[in-house]
Amino acid sequence: MGGMALPQVAPVETPEIHEEPAADRPWVTIVWDDPVNLMSYVTWVFQKLFGYSKEQAEQLMMDVHTKGKAVVSTGARERMEMDANQLHGYGLWATVDRA
Amino acid sequence: MFRRIGGQCVATFEHDEVRVLRKVAAEVVGLLTDGMDHTDPVVSRLFPDIYPELPEDSQEFRLYTEGDLKTGKIDQAGAILAALPDEGEGEVRLDGEAAEAWLRAINDARLAMGTRLEIRAETDLGEELDEAVLEDPGSSRVFQLSVYAYLGYLQESLLNALPEIK
Repeated sequence: MGGMALPQVAPVETPEIHEEPAADRPWVTIVWDDPVNLMSYVTWVFQKLFGYSKEQAEQLMMDVHTKGKAVVSTGARERMEMDANQLHGYGLWATVDRA
Repeated sequence: MFRRIGGQCVATFEHDEVRVLRKVAAEVVGLLTDGMDHTDPVVSRLFPDIYPELPEDSQEFRLYTEGDLKTGKIDQAGAILAALPDEGEGEVRLDGEAAEAWLRAINDARLAMGTRLEIRAETDLGEELDEAVLEDPGSSRVFQLSVYAYLGYLQESLLNALPEIK
């Protein structure tokens, strides 16, 4: 970030960190593959909960199935916890992590 | 198996099916009401840790959410019991809300049974059943595997009988 417009107040040496601070990074809800849930059921849950189209929901379900897991939503930590909790209500195996 | 008639999902169940569905739903309710044991793999599958690497955070989250989650699961299993005929055979007609409760409850029952039966991604249910029958056709494993397979078909038929989500 360029700081040209900022007033020069007590300049201190700060290390050059280009990475976003952890607190600003969003969180994600992850759904994991499991051997019991039907593919059609998982697709239906994704449509129902997240409002995805059938095609989007099927793609996401296939990601879970073939890659073992997929990110199904991204955002603030509390919202991700709510999503994961709802997914547990539907019997999907969901966890929350930093993006 | 379910089919759509008008706005409803309709199925006719034989006497044995009614008995099995009642038993399965009652078992889920029992599992959730008799002081849940979190070391039981079925319980940890139905109530997964939200932060697998942060047990304390998972525990704290559980503290606030598990009660409602459990009540929801008991209610949805109750929807199966409420819609079934008390005994004998009979027809079940579900509106959208009841159909959703059935789907979720059948899924919980399949998760519980699948965990107990140690179903894996590579498990071939047909082969598994054949082996169990060869070993002992009257065993509980044969019964459990058949019920598990039956619930899968029933859930699939109910999904197909639902109206498309817009």
